[in-house]
Amino acid sequence: MLTATLVLTLMGLILGGLLGLASRAFASNDDNPLVKEVESMLPGSQCGQCGLPGCGPAAEAIVNGTAAVTCCPPGGRALAESLAKKLDIDISTLGAAAVPQLAVINAEQCTGCTRCYKACPTDAIVGASKQLHSVISAACTGCSQCVAACPEDCISLQAETLSLTTWHWHKPEAA
Amino acid sequence: MFAPRLFGSGKIRGGVHPDGRKDATSDRPILTNLPLPSRLYVPLNQHSGDDALPLVRPGDRVLKGQLIGKASGRVSASIHAPTSGTVLAIEAVTMPHPSGLPAMAVIIEPDGDDRWIEIPTPPDPFSLDPDVLASKVEEAGVVGMGGAIFPAAIKLRQGRRFEIQTLIINGSECEPFLTTDDRLMQERADEIVEGTRLIRKIIEAYRAVIAIEDNKPAAIAAIQAAANKVGAIEVMVVPAHYPMGSAKQLIQAVTGLEVPAGKRSNDIGVLVHNVATAWAIQQALVYGKPLLSRVTTVAGACVAQPQNVEVLFGTPIEHVFKVCGGLTGVPARLLMGGPMMGQILPSLDVPIIKGSSGVLALSKAEVNAHTSSPCIRCARCVDACPMGLVPLEMARNSRADKLDAAQEFGLRDCILCGSCAYVCPSHIPLVQYFEYAKGELADRRSSQQKQEYTKGLIDARKERLEQERLAKEAAKAAKEAAKAAKDAARAAAKAEKEAAQAKTQHPESTTTSPADNCVREEQP
Amino acid sequence: MNSITHELPLRAAPHAHDRSSVDRIMLKVCLALSPATAYGLYLFGWPAIILFVVTLLAAVATEALCLRLAGLPLQRLLDGSALLTGWLYAATLPPWAPWWIGAGGVAFGLIVGKHLYGGIGQNLFNPAMLARVAVLISFPVQLTTWVNPMPLGSELAPGFVDALAIIFANADYAAHLSAAPSGVDAMTGASWLGASKVAVGAGTDVGQWLAADFPLTAAFSGHIRGSLGETSALLILVGGLWLIWARVISWHIPASMLGMLSLCAWLASHFNGHLFPGPLFQLTTGAAMLGAFFIATDYVTSPASATGKLLFGAGCGLLLFTIRSWGSFPEGVAFAVLFMNALTPLIDRFIKPRAYGRTLGGKTLKHSDMRKIV
Repeated sequence: MLTATLVLTLMGLILGGLLGLASRAFASNDDNPLVKEVESMLPGSQCGQCGLPGCGPAAEAIVNGTAAVTCCPPGGRALAESLAKKLDIDISTLGAAAVPQLAVINAEQCTGCTRCYKACPTDAIVGASKQLHSVISAACTGCSQCVAACPEDCISLQAETLSLTTWHWHKPEAA
Repeated sequence: MFAPRLFGSGKIRGGVHPDGRKDATSDRPILTNLPLPSRLYVPLNQHSGDDALPLVRPGDRVLKGQLIGKASGRVSASIHAPTSGTVLAIEAVTMPHPSGLPAMAVIIEPDGDDRWIEIPTPPDPFSLDPDVLASKVEEAGVVGMGGAIFPAAIKLRQGRRFEIQTLIINGSECEPFLTTDDRLMQERADEIVEGTRLIRKIIEAYRAVIAIEDNKPAAIAAIQAAANKVGAIEVMVVPAHYPMGSAKQLIQAVTGLEVPAGKRSNDIGVLVHNVATAWAIQQALVYGKPLLSRVTTVAGACVAQPQNVEVLFGTPIEHVFKVCGGLTGVPARLLMGGPMMGQILPSLDVPIIKGSSGVLALSKAEVNAHTSSPCIRCARCVDACPMGLVPLEMARNSRADKLDAAQEFGLRDCILCGSCAYVCPSHIPLVQYFEYAKGELADRRSSQQKQEYTKGLIDARKERLEQERLAKEAAKAAKEAAKAAKDAARAAAKAEKEAAQAKTQHPESTTTSPADNCVREEQP
Repeated sequence: MNSITHELPLRAAPHAHDRSSVDRIMLKVCLALSPATAYGLYLFGWPAIILFVVTLLAAVATEALCLRLAGLPLQRLLDGSALLTGWLYAATLPPWAPWWIGAGGVAFGLIVGKHLYGGIGQNLFNPAMLARVAVLISFPVQLTTWVNPMPLGSELAPGFVDALAIIFANADYAAHLSAAPSGVDAMTGASWLGASKVAVGAGTDVGQWLAADFPLTAAFSGHIRGSLGETSALLILVGGLWLIWARVISWHIPASMLGMLSLCAWLASHFNGHLFPGPLFQLTTGAAMLGAFFIATDYVTSPASATGKLLFGAGCGLLLFTIRSWGSFPEGVAFAVLFMNALTPLIDRFIKPRAYGRTLGGKTLKHSDMRKIV
């Protein structure tokens, strides 16, 4: 009895130790290929809405677990889910994803300075010098670079408004 | 080529037998010529697809039947003024939709004359080319009146591209309470049969079958009599069995075929139109009348005089109830459509639209709602599903947001008929889970598409900036080269000849595109 | 005007219901069980009645306690599911088992078999069968002591006070009786399944022995030794068929389970009548009937699709025959059902109905497939 216990304990210790050593010895020092893959899934507009300096660092943070897969507002729920799938995270634990936002130009304040559309990474703002600018919502990722570029403070980010075609039923309250 | 069976068994899978409650309205004639409401709110989108473009401005006088909204986009339908009067505004009004969200509508104040725009007497439609007929249906703004509200002309044109063996005219009004198709068949059988013949002519179908549920004997007799007069139109009696009126189920009952998943009925040589659509097409082709009104069942225990009424589009529902004696109590549910698939109305202030087959004010007893309790896996929903799906697993996965799994268990094929929720002893709102999951999936698809689109834009912009930079560099180099060449030439000229004859040339025309400016500003 | 409509609830369709409810379903099952149980209570007298009542009370009390602990509304008690679990469990007990077998068993079944999984609808195993198996393994003596039928009002039947002593104080009624002038040779005996097992072990020719001794008509009608609510195959059959007629259960599981059991028994007895009893013996003894109509058909723990149900029932029948023929216990309904319960998620995962417009494998129908289906 005592022998068996001792043998098993010893085996456990030795094998565990070996595993620990192996994980150090064969640790991958290369750039994690996963980071590259995750980066390719991100929108790539380097908008920084996640609080990180761009999609590259965001991908790294997401892979390392320091940023949540739900951190990307332009990507929304869809991106959060595909990231979760990629990284083997249980979808049901995600919680609410950041909501996609759209830039809105206040027509009364806009002076037509053209700075916002130069800043826009997706060419989603149209206009000409001294003319009112306007956001093409289909192309806007809500990256907020125009907000920073606007000298008049007349651009704001707003959650997309629902229409009859985008509205859908909410989930029923659980029984 | 597979040989389709001439007749189906008349049977469908699963399904339920809800209490019909049609007696209150099925024997009463359709009330026509309603008093005009003080305002008509005519939405510019009463169909599936894009909004119609308004052709009128506030203050314009319009005549009955005048085109006020032009179909625009790939899938759309025209909108006509339902009566004569003045356009007050074109603005957002609350739509008959559970969200209570607004959409653009032309608000018309009727002048009371109900004066028609001049309609030239159309030529005999049977002498016209099918494509011309389809265009006339399109001009009349006819959409599928059974609930799908898909523009009828598009469906007809699609049908023309396929070899259609069987045209089914759907008279299987399977929703409880609703009797609009029933009454229409009883009162306007000749028109429906003529409309059927016209549709058949347009799509060149081999057979035309008018399929009617066996709980409508008067309609069957009327249609049979009308069909006997002209011949070549078959009348098929199918069992009253919800959801027999769903196109997929009716096709199965009539032809014995199933529409392959993700395909259209065209693919198996079948086309289904509703009897009310057949009537509207007949009106459009024989009399040149655009679609301005429809027959709607007004019923439910809270309606004083339940009956079918022919209502102009844009009529507020409150007005419709008033015509039927008003509401006798506070309804437990206020619906547009039938109780199985109809939608809750946000208020009485919403207009009747082309898809309004009924407006119901149901009492508590008629709805029989209860708070839901956990699923006991009794599988009654599995037995009731006419599509052969597993609703309990679909709901469980939708609830956990495991949408892929929900799709696998059948969400992708679900027709939202409500049979499962109707029989659920735990009163689980299964359909709402499916609506939620389908909506989420649509959201994800569209945000995925947007992501791909904006990614493309970013790449395109990067490429453009890079090209502009290269172009600028090239221009700079060219300028320098030209300058050098000019200097050299000048020196050479100086050297060759003392008498200077200088010809100056601009080497380049300057570009002034804003994008170029932008590059210049960005690169100090 | 808006004041009316803003109070309306925001619910998706359908806005109609067939008026079915969980409590009504449970009530119907209880109703279908009651003829067989009532006959059992009559047959085994006051002790059985007391045991039955104690078990039901314990079931309801345990359910209430669990709901309370889980923070769920006590109205859930009214769904009747705990009552049904208690009833089914009691029906499988020896009629004169001590009270703590009934109360403790059902409490175990409900707590471990149902509420630890998350309550109604969440459990993997049939709680009544889990309870029975736990008790059978822990207290084999109490669970294999079968009294002879002593109908209420008959000469030998114990009175109410005697019954209290039997159930609550473990009184030796046989000794009490033998002291009485009438005297009696045997109060208790083995169940018929147990007896046949012993006979096989002793090398007896089972076929001949059964042909000579087994009272088939009595076994069918129920006047034999056996569990509290499962002696009468006839009354269980009546209740079960009524459940099928009332659309509470479908025919698939009972038909495939009893069919498979009969098929195996017929084949085995056909080829080796010395060792294996025939199908009629298998069907009329033990919990075969009760299991097929009332236990294996438990919604929560059986598959959802018709094909899945057929497979599940056939599996139960096969396992039942296997355990009865070669297992160490004479009866195997509980084990067979529990084993198939464990397979239910797997069956549901892989066996789905064929969706409209698709092949069984879930692919889009092609025209060539269509001809086959049509």
